[in-house]
Amino acid sequence: MSDLHTVNKSPFEKNSLESCLRLSKSGSAILLYEDGVYGALKGTAVENMIASVVGDRKIYVLGPDYKARGLDETRIIDGVEVVDYAGFVDLVEANDKVQAWV
Amino acid sequence: MSDTKNFMFLNRRAPYGTIYAWESLEVVLIAAAFEQNVSLMFVDDGVYELTKGQDTTGIGMKNFSPTYRTLGDYEVRHMYVDKASLEARGLSADDLVQVEWEDWETEESVDNIVEVVDSDRVAELLDESDVVFSF
Repeated sequence: MSDLHTVNKSPFEKNSLESCLRLSKSGSAILLYEDGVYGALKGTAVENMIASVVGDRKIYVLGPDYKARGLDETRIIDGVEVVDYAGFVDLVEANDKVQAWV
Repeated sequence: MSDTKNFMFLNRRAPYGTIYAWESLEVVLIAAAFEQNVSLMFVDDGVYELTKGQDTTGIGMKNFSPTYRTLGDYEVRHMYVDKASLEARGLSADDLVQVEWEDWETEESVDNIVEVVDSDRVAELLDESDVVFSF
């Protein structure tokens, strides 16, 4: 079993995502929510950060937060999976513990 | 008593995650009501305030993005967006709302007062303002 890491800050404003990716173990799950969802969009200056770990870690983005921010759902980085609130709960349940990168 | 100043509202935060964007909008509406020259500048994560198609039904928060589209009716004449901030976030002018403006007396109108500008122009506009409100 492994951990679920959560990131809720914009990768352009804080280094939460960067630290999470640097300090999380291979095989762990990472969920982007609230302002963290901005990291999931293609074509940004931080796209490569996410794209380079897809495959090594499982990356999720919370759909309702992504939608609220008017981001295009056809422009999510390949390999990043969209989950709803029930999916969030499933991830919490499926992992040993939750580590929040606030 | 008829002193009119150039007010610039500098917006650097994303909507919904914090209250800054919403608070800025409140103060913009107040300033416009006092008949000042009001301009808005969107830099860094502030450019996210203007994305079109925001749908907050899933997060239980008020979607305040339609309010930006009414700013032309409050005599806000300029909304500037920093090009570098937009590009770093994988966005272009096509991803942003459009805001119409019309002078009810002269019937002069502008289809879209949202303008993408380069860094030098941003610096110039901030420098030219009498007051800068930061959010």
